[in-house]
Amino acid sequence: MDNIEKNLLMQVADMDGVPEGAYNIRSNGKLAGRQSTANIEITSKEDKPGIDIRIKPGTKHESMHIPVVMTESGMNDLVYNDFYVGDDADVLIIAGCGINNCGHQTSQHDGIHTFWVGKNARVKYVEKHYGEGDGDGARVLNPETVIHLEENSYMEMVSVQIKGVDSTIRNTVGDLADGATLIISEKIMTHEDQVAETNFTVDMNGVDCHADVVSRSVARGNSKQIFNSSINGNNRCTGHSECDAIIMDNAHVVARPALEANDIEASLIHEAAIGKIAGEQIIKLETLGLTEQEAEEQIISGFLK
Amino acid sequence: MLELKNISLAVTEDSGQEKELLKDINLSIGDCFTVITGPNGGGKSTLARVIAGIYKPTAGRIFFDGVDITDMSITDRAKMGISFAFQQPVRFKGLTVMDLIKLAAGKDTSLAQACAYLSEVGLCAKDYLNREVNDSLSGGELKRLEIAMNIARGTKLSIFDEPEAGIDLWSFNNLIRVFEQMHEKINGAILIISHQERILSIADRIVVISEGSVSREGSREEILPSLLNTSDRACQTLMKNIV
Repeated sequence: MDNIEKNLLMQVADMDGVPEGAYNIRSNGKLAGRQSTANIEITSKEDKPGIDIRIKPGTKHESMHIPVVMTESGMNDLVYNDFYVGDDADVLIIAGCGINNCGHQTSQHDGIHTFWVGKNARVKYVEKHYGEGDGDGARVLNPETVIHLEENSYMEMVSVQIKGVDSTIRNTVGDLADGATLIISEKIMTHEDQVAETNFTVDMNGVDCHADVVSRSVARGNSKQIFNSSINGNNRCTGHSECDAIIMDNAHVVARPALEANDIEASLIHEAAIGKIAGEQIIKLETLGLTEQEAEEQIISGFLK
Repeated sequence: MLELKNISLAVTEDSGQEKELLKDINLSIGDCFTVITGPNGGGKSTLARVIAGIYKPTAGRIFFDGVDITDMSITDRAKMGISFAFQQPVRFKGLTVMDLIKLAAGKDTSLAQACAYLSEVGLCAKDYLNREVNDSLSGGELKRLEIAMNIARGTKLSIFDEPEAGIDLWSFNNLIRVFEQMHEKINGAILIISHQERILSIADRIVVISEGSVSREGSREEILPSLLNTSDRACQTLMKNIV
């Protein structure tokens, strides 16, 4: 693995060398390293590209890394990763994709991740997307995440895309059984002519299930962002979604939140705000000795923290 | 330390008419505790903002430690040693109390130091350091954080715009103590805009600003009795009329 790939791994998975626990590293469409553990088994799919990850019931406090890096310009990589999380397990899964495109052709990675989270299991899933490279070829990432939560299970998904991805369509769908909880936190920053579209659909089917979808984004330059969320309460449940965007320069931001209650006991809330950085915020930080540019950077980095 | 020479500020209103918010203000503020008071809308906050560099005067010059700072930015004035606590503190989604204290006091601020600044304004640091400075903080909590940031900066000139607004009685008693201690510690000037008699009563000097001009200026002993008499008389007149 060369230094460019190592840097991408650091950016998307905070990996500095071989991680602890289970891992599967995919580089330019090929397997670059894999390790299963006694409780987490990773196997290649036979019918299509991708892997199956089987986490034994009761597995506690284990982590796994499944990063993807791409450095070949013009590559189009599609991968299916299925996660079977056993009942009562408690695991951390770190995914992410980094593209370095130094060429003229588009490099694209579409990762389709499906989670079956067993009863009472807890999963924290962190997914970072990052692009770099001097070439004028586009860096495209279209992740799709499908989440099935069984009774009383809990999943927290943290999705971050801060830099270098020219085009992305991010689809996330989830369905929740009785007592299940889904927490989604998304952070996006787009620059120049980048385009980012996010679509969340959550079906709260079980009694007393709960979903919380929070998106914070910063749109700069001529970039475009579209946020669609659909929170459907089909039983006695609570749902909350929040979309908060800072718009700068000539950017364009669309937020289309939708709530659908199909049960009288469904309690759903949505909050949405789009606006520029408040002048008073900049002034306050200037009175602490920051320049206007430093103040802006501080406000944005805090907002996306 | 701070000298204002012939400071005026005029703005053009929506109707097209020009309005003078500050009219030919001359003030000299030394290393002491000065309180600016006067009726609402008289120009007190505008003057504080002119000193901090947020508004540019349309005439006159400002000198800080002998240096003409009239054309200097807010940032440069802050770096020279001017702190300004807002009347209405700003909220920041994502930035924590610790982030702001560090920005005020410097990156190397230890946890213990940050805790000490917060304790001075009656905030229990353990509960607050990691809190986001967003809607979850009350107006009073924000106000105290604003004051803590000025304490943390410890600059030669600290300006507070109506620090008592939104502060409850318990905090108010502590606020007075904070100003007294700060005055001893920083060996510089404290400039407070206030209507509060308790704050006026600890001032070295009092400046009364009304209709954009300095209407009176002098030591506490010279100014405070007349202010209190005026308000007493006004109150008695009002009561007579009501009764």
